[in-house]
Amino acid sequence: MMTDCPLLDVRSVTKMYGRRIGCSSVSFDLWPGEVMGIVGESGSGKSTLLNCLAGHIEVDQGQVFFDTRSEGMKDTLLMSEPERRMLSRTDWAFVHQHARDGLRMSVSAGGNVGERLMAVGARHYGNIRNEAIDWLGRVEIHHSRIDDRPTAFSGGMQQRLQIARNLVTGPRLVFMDEPTGGLDVSVQARLLDLLRSLVREMGLSAIIVTHDLAVVRLLADRLMVMKDGYVVESGLTDQVLDDPQHAYTQLLVSSVLQV
Amino acid sequence: MIKISNLSKHFILHNQNSAVIPVMDQAEFSVAEGECVALVGQSGAGKSTLMRMIYGNYLAQNGAIWVGETNVVGATAREIIDLRRKTLGYVSQFLRVVPRVPTRDVVAEPLLALGEEQTKARRKAEELLSLLNIPEHLWDLSPTTFSGGEQQRVNIARGFVYDYPALLLDEPTASLDVKNRSIVLGLVESAKARGAAIIGIFHDEAARDQVCDRVIDVTQYTPKAA
Repeated sequence: MMTDCPLLDVRSVTKMYGRRIGCSSVSFDLWPGEVMGIVGESGSGKSTLLNCLAGHIEVDQGQVFFDTRSEGMKDTLLMSEPERRMLSRTDWAFVHQHARDGLRMSVSAGGNVGERLMAVGARHYGNIRNEAIDWLGRVEIHHSRIDDRPTAFSGGMQQRLQIARNLVTGPRLVFMDEPTGGLDVSVQARLLDLLRSLVREMGLSAIIVTHDLAVVRLLADRLMVMKDGYVVESGLTDQVLDDPQHAYTQLLVSSVLQV
Repeated sequence: MIKISNLSKHFILHNQNSAVIPVMDQAEFSVAEGECVALVGQSGAGKSTLMRMIYGNYLAQNGAIWVGETNVVGATAREIIDLRRKTLGYVSQFLRVVPRVPTRDVVAEPLLALGEEQTKARRKAEELLSLLNIPEHLWDLSPTTFSGGEQQRVNIARGFVYDYPALLLDEPTASLDVKNRSIVLGLVESAKARGAAIIGIFHDEAARDQVCDRVIDVTQYTPKAA
């Protein structure tokens, strides 16, 4: 299972907002099948970093190498726009905190899932619809809801629909921005279970930004802690949480309320 | 199989006047294949700390912890993940699981993570659950609502579902009744027989005498107060 090539190799990524630091010289690698959590308080730069990696905002400095299917390791920041767009439709997926940012609210649930398939060339209506039904089932949305619009769904259902839409094309890397934020705890648990089994069954890698330490403990193999745009500590998730080395991580971990 | 040398650790509490708390000083011992070694010493002597260091859960400042071909001290996260998946099992005192996941799948998970086929992994999990007397009608439920003793047995099932070459057992027989206690000790004995290197903490002296070949008193590694 130990492959000798990382899926993603991030080298000193820096993003400035004027003279303010967004994120500064962030480097790490991510291996196939690994889930990496990024935690930190609001304004620590974790979402900025995620958006830099996913190519949503322009990076001032650094490289983001991705192991592409056809050409091997390639700096995604130097890719042409069509090339990068293709990547984000096929091998990459992005799950937004607010499902409505990742869904088309005026299109049916089935359409939302099918649209991504069509973007990669699927044309046969019956196949697309069957695939959509299959995926709605996997994220526990009853197939009778396939023609409903997401506006008629609860928050938790919308989030699951967003995940189905993103994973239908079999991506290898998923970016997630607070995927369980704003959901009821019971819905969160269901979503965590779903994400864990999808990660395992599809062998995908993921980068999850969250401020919820309980979520990373259950989902992430590795953890990065950010403060003021810098990575202050990183390592194995349970090691960072149980034996934090940096003053800020110690503060963060000791501030969690016990249930 | 497990070889520890010159191992030291301290905690620094940055938010409490940077207090430095030394917890381990030059620990040194090894455990061979097929051997079970008990860690002893009063509460606070560092038994669990030592175990957590071997598992890579606590960082060491100095020394080496070889488990098979991996030195846990200084290993990358990825190497430790791989070590835990294939080589080193850990039965802790606490069950930590994703809510809602059925007990059967919680137990089968180590096998699934190694790529075992789902029906096979589940069958193996069911064998262990019935061996450990977890009633079948509970297998589809999440263990989060189980009693302490049941959770403990689910944890043990999870630790023995795969034949780890090295095993860490933190109080595996605590909170078990006589019948289940002897079943767990049987599992430990058969793990030894197949060649697993085992390190355990047993407050239950009779259990310790039954399965352990040697005792290591960790107080000899407890740092002397300056």
